Amino acid sequence: MKLVTAVIKPHKWEDTRAALETVGVTGMTVSEVSGYGRQKGHTEVYRGAEYDIALVPKIRIEIVVNDEDTDAVVNAVVGSASTGRIGDGKVWVVPVESVVRVRTGDRDDAAI
Amino acid sequence: MTALTAAAPAALDTGDTAWLLAASALVLLMAPGLALFYGGMVRSKSVLNMMMMTFGSLAVITVLWVLVGYSLAFGDDVGWGLLGDPGQYAGLGQLMSSDSNGASTVPLILFAAFQGLFCVITGALVSGAIADRARFGAWLVFVSVWTLLVYAPVAHWVFDRSSGDHTGGWLINRIGLVDFAGGTAVEICSGASALALAIVLGHRVGFGKDPMRPHNLTLVMLGAGLLWFGWFGFNAGSALGADQAAAVVFTTTLVAGAAGTLGWLVVERLRDGHATSLGAASGMVAGLVAITPSCGSLSPFGAIVMGAAAGAVCAGAVGLKYRFGYDDSLDVVGVHLVGGLVGTFGIGLLATAAAPTGVDGLLHGGGVDQLGRQLLGGGVVLVYAFVVSGMIGLVVDRLMGFRIDEEHEVSGIDLVVHAETAYDLHATAGARSAGHGILGAITQQQSTQQREEPRP
Repeated sequence: MKLVTAVIKPHKWEDTRAALETVGVTGMTVSEVSGYGRQKGHTEVYRGAEYDIALVPKIRIEIVVNDEDTDAVVNAVVGSASTGRIGDGKVWVVPVESVVRVRTGDRDDAAI
Repeated sequence: MTALTAAAPAALDTGDTAWLLAASALVLLMAPGLALFYGGMVRSKSVLNMMMMTFGSLAVITVLWVLVGYSLAFGDDVGWGLLGDPGQYAGLGQLMSSDSNGASTVPLILFAAFQGLFCVITGALVSGAIADRARFGAWLVFVSVWTLLVYAPVAHWVFDRSSGDHTGGWLINRIGLVDFAGGTAVEICSGASALALAIVLGHRVGFGKDPMRPHNLTLVMLGAGLLWFGWFGFNAGSALGADQAAAVVFTTTLVAGAAGTLGWLVVERLRDGHATSLGAASGMVAGLVAITPSCGSLSPFGAIVMGAAAGAVCAGAVGLKYRFGYDDSLDVVGVHLVGGLVGTFGIGLLATAAAPTGVDGLLHGGGVDQLGRQLLGGGVVLVYAFVVSGMIGLVVDRLMGFRIDEEHEVSGIDLVVHAETAYDLHATAGARSAGHGILGAITQQQSTQQREEPRP
């Protein structure tokens, strides 16, 4: 099993969710986060004073998947969240040791 | 401010009285309006404290005004036009009977209440300079002493017109200063006091380095709109009658707010590239500030010029704090002091004798006489308010400490000073950014038990 974490642009979230659904993902955890990479921040002006806002709002999606589905899920995110400009985000994959479904006690692949 | 009393005794006028009752309630609405205007401009961790400084001023100044403030401002002069007799109307019980109204067409006790609300707004305006960092108790002590030593004398100088056997203040009666609704007593006075306090308290942690974004600009715009609405009571109410003068003042107040908005937005668009919502709200207020002294002296066209000039000048003046390094957090100096000076001095240029105050300025062939009176009046109030407010601030700071700890300022003044947070946007109590206590648990405390200061 793998944990796929994607950080994407907020306005691509609906596209990405739809793309994940088409490859069979039935659940995920989503949070609103902020950060920056090469995009850096942006400037805002209040009463003539320019502020450099370092952090950019992003959406973080976390999905636990079976090993064989990993590539399809990653490709779905990359395909749907890409705009071709800086700030599109990242996707990374880490191994997961075990998963338990709280309601039934099912373990690992059966719990996904 | 027109003459309160005519030469011949007149009965109460129900129309005048009805309008002044409504106008007074409109001025009261400026307090929550200002609280929203200021509250939206600070960060979310200090919005409650910001609003409480206005509501605290409303409470403490109103009580003080009834007890002695009105008497100091509008009692018979005790000498040289400097101060009213503090005992004459102490407690306002002397104004209970209609016999006390003399030749006035409105009850004097209503005039006293109306003027008290002016003091409330002026005091609350000052708090914008010390956002995020002032102890609440120290602020209440400051604004109380300030009411008696700064506002009441200045109001006596510029608002208390002599009539009959009543002698009033020196600027309005001896100098001939024209200040219809408070360009000096309210705007310059609050701005100069704010500058003094900003210097006494010092700048916020991170001033000029960290972005200190307004946390809710929709509140700012709502607050600015309520201020404008209330301003009709402030200015047109100052006509003290439901008459032609009030109607002229209403119109100049309307158009100056609109022109101020445009003036500020044009400067922003050319200088920064964008017309901002904060700029629209600020320009509106700047235009209204400048029309406050001049609303009874200008033609509607003159009011457009005045409003636009104030909007444009104040849009530039808000940058002064970065150049000089004082942290006037919400630009009380840039908007109210500078806007008040524009309005007060502008009377000397733009006034027309066709308007209710009946004075011609330089551009209407009135020469430089009125301009000189305006410069003197504005300058005197600026210096007096700055010096005395600064001294009160220093004494309060020495005796009880004006600022909260740096650690508390960084974590947020609302939680430390008021034990509250403004917003709970999370489903679980434990997820509150500044939450404290056990998740979901309500703990009852003995009322006698001393509660420790919550530490985030």
